Amino acid sequence: MLRIENLKAGDLPPLSFKLADGECLAVDGPSGAGKSRLLRAIADLDPAAGHVFLDGAERREMPGNAWRSLVRYVSAEPAWWTETAREALPETVAPDRVRRLCDALGFDAATLDRPLSQASTGERQRMALVRALVDDPRVLLLDEPTAALDSATAALVEELIRYQMLSGRLVILVTHDTPMADRLSAMRLELAPPRPLPQRDTSVPRGPFAGHAA
Amino acid sequence: MNAPALTTLDLAIAASLLLLNVAVSWGFRLGLEKRLAVAALRMVVQLALAGWLLQILFQQTSPVWTAAMALVMAAAAAHEVVTRQRRRFAGVAPYAVGMGTLLFVGTAFTVIAVGGLIGAEPWTSPRFFLPVLGMVLGNAMTGVSLVLDAVTAAAERERGSIEARLALGATRFQAFDSVLRRGLETGLMPILNAMAVAGVVSLPGMMTGQILAGADPLEAAKYQMLILFVIGAATALSVVLAGFAAVWLLTDDRHRLRLDRLQLVRSQT
Repeated sequence: MLRIENLKAGDLPPLSFKLADGECLAVDGPSGAGKSRLLRAIADLDPAAGHVFLDGAERREMPGNAWRSLVRYVSAEPAWWTETAREALPETVAPDRVRRLCDALGFDAATLDRPLSQASTGERQRMALVRALVDDPRVLLLDEPTAALDSATAALVEELIRYQMLSGRLVILVTHDTPMADRLSAMRLELAPPRPLPQRDTSVPRGPFAGHAA
Repeated sequence: MNAPALTTLDLAIAASLLLLNVAVSWGFRLGLEKRLAVAALRMVVQLALAGWLLQILFQQTSPVWTAAMALVMAAAAAHEVVTRQRRRFAGVAPYAVGMGTLLFVGTAFTVIAVGGLIGAEPWTSPRFFLPVLGMVLGNAMTGVSLVLDAVTAAAERERGSIEARLALGATRFQAFDSVLRRGLETGLMPILNAMAVAGVVSLPGMMTGQILAGADPLEAAKYQMLILFVIGAATALSVVLAGFAAVWLLTDDRHRLRLDRLQLVRSQT
């Protein structure tokens, strides 16, 4: 059970909701509405006021890295820090489990050993899903997981999400794909368009490349 | 066999050599005349002041004055570290990192060199302590500036991959490990290069000075080796301390990346 009380992500209004095991909350809204910011705030990647509980434990009672081992944010534009996706996998993970996830997402596990610079956007997105799922997080925060995929592959991702829910994981899914959202979730959150003159948000980096960040 | 004393005329003639720089700047329309004049004037004033101050300091043996001078030197080095950053932490943090690192490392290694290795009596003797401190500080300052700049620049450039690791449950130091390693390498490069070419491409300043002052070249070379070992170790320690401090400041206790603590400084002209 994930319980969120008065979470203030960026300049979004405070949010409260509960999500039971095996449930999915679908989030939609126009660009700039703060969908990614909401997911980042739940993953504790950006500072946000409010309380978040998972299975009765409040997140501030555990270190940030332990929280993110349980509550896993998967960016819409996954970034890597290694040459190949294989090197980014945890050393303790069983190769068998990796192969099954690759099968489920419709690509050959050998792709993990090819240089990431040669992978397509869709392949990178699916490999990021494998990386995110392989060490069994409790909650999945998926940011447009099917955006770069054709409809057949998107169906595979949807199937995998459904399987994760059946195994008791909680999913918060940002997507513009309304039919998929309808099939996966009973709960819906529609974020309002950004205000015409948004206030300067101090949580956004002010560096020279800040505009390029997702 | 001391070097002959220089007269004001000698210096004036040497200064006129700078007219060559003026000619280059003018000929290629570099517009550097004003900065050249300022730089030359600063050099003259700073060195004259330093010489005058050391003259006074050497006439007494109070460790208090030596310590005061050491503090001033460390503060100047820390200020230089801060002004060299293209991206700066807000508030007093960068000064604290620069001053803390340089004062600690500078003092510790100068005491080792002067008191332990050279065996000067007393080890607080300003004639030994301050020049050695100056050499240690100068090199550590370069290393600290480089590592801070490298780590902050990489944190901005590689924000995506750092946050990808954080999102997967990495601690702040795990997420920064490749950035930190490359930063340390950058910070250590100048001293490694200096050691590699010492005596072949360049005769180090201290050795040259001792030889000009009439010392035996082999004795001067031995002194230079000792100083380079000390400087090398001091630079390594300060680079590591500053590198970890940079990661500490770029992240918070929830292991988040906090680029909002950085501000871009306009490039200096």
